[in-house]
Amino acid sequence: MAIFSVYVVNKAGGLIYQYDNYVPRSEVEKTFSYPLDLVLKHHDEKVIVSFGQRDGIKVGHALLSINGVDVIGKNTADGKDTLEYLKDPANYPVSIRFGRARLSSNEKLMLASMFHSLFAIGSQLSPEVGSSGIEMLETDVFKLHCFQTLTGIKFIVLADPRQSGIDALLKKIYEIYSDFALKNPFYSLEMPIRCELFDQNLKSALEVAEKAGNFGAGS
Amino acid sequence: MSRQSNRTTDSKKMNSELFTLTYGALVTQLCKDYENDEEVNKQLDKMGYNIGVRLIEDFLARSSVGRCQDFRETADVIAKVAFKMYLGVTPSVTNWSPAGDEFSLILENNPLADFVELPDNHSTLVYSNLLCGALRGALEMVQMAVDVKFAQDTLRGDGVTEIRMKFIKRIEENLPAGDE
Repeated sequence: MAIFSVYVVNKAGGLIYQYDNYVPRSEVEKTFSYPLDLVLKHHDEKVIVSFGQRDGIKVGHALLSINGVDVIGKNTADGKDTLEYLKDPANYPVSIRFGRARLSSNEKLMLASMFHSLFAIGSQLSPEVGSSGIEMLETDVFKLHCFQTLTGIKFIVLADPRQSGIDALLKKIYEIYSDFALKNPFYSLEMPIRCELFDQNLKSALEVAEKAGNFGAGS
Repeated sequence: MSRQSNRTTDSKKMNSELFTLTYGALVTQLCKDYENDEEVNKQLDKMGYNIGVRLIEDFLARSSVGRCQDFRETADVIAKVAFKMYLGVTPSVTNWSPAGDEFSLILENNPLADFVELPDNHSTLVYSNLLCGALRGALEMVQMAVDVKFAQDTLRGDGVTEIRMKFIKRIEENLPAGDE
């Protein structure tokens, strides 16, 4: 389970495909009684913990669900404001799930275009002419691998730092794109990829890469 | 690790005559629909263009050819790798212009036009114009604007089929980062 996600960015920098293979979730569900000893606040259309770290619930964690029902933005599933709901003693005891907020698709779009711009800056900063652009971005918990084709499409894979064989995987994803997305006559170029065959083949390629990479030797 | 081509579709061979028949059916239907050779030529070019813009990615993904440094390299890659991969024929590259921006591809046999004879009322039809559109579309996706046309065609009585390709310019808009 070491390949986290795949992003495909078109020539203009727009995200045309995104798949989360494995997202490590740190979620905590606890039952609370009135009054709630965590301080919550609104932030960016979500309700997050601003004070009161305890039992695995950290500051910055978002409120994900109340009594098993996922919250939608700032409101509960019934449309009531979450903070108002939690101020009412009649609603307690309540079981709330907190966790690291998932990236919304808009945020992913923004991050992809930002990466596209960083990629361009990286190539311009290059002291040598004809740089390949950003190939890898490394942090302590993940490595981002990027492959830009001659036609300007970027394939980005986020994986565990110990995962090997990602270069071969990026080439494989390019082949899968040229097969199942481009050869589908109903898919228009540069548009979001909504082809089932592409999804299926991508998933199996990721599985193969994970198994191969885990044996250490890799490519 | 040697790069394995683990495409299971590689082993699916298609009868080339079925391909010739399919292309023939396409051209004759276009002729019936448009009734005007010029219009049919334009449509074939458009269709070829749509094929070319998609085929280039397949070509790049499977052949691992890098960016060509100049037009001569491009000509070699087109003749020796691309035509071989997709049509099974290897045209020869000749007739370079003095400036090095035009060349000809000479095809001894054209798989699209096996068994085809052009009747007299279609004397201006460029039967294999799809090829021209495909080459144009594919090169446009790698930032090269080219003009492709048939200089000679065995269907019209010439000895060989000759495709003339002229380099117009490098497309500077939407360059992938790092390619200046």
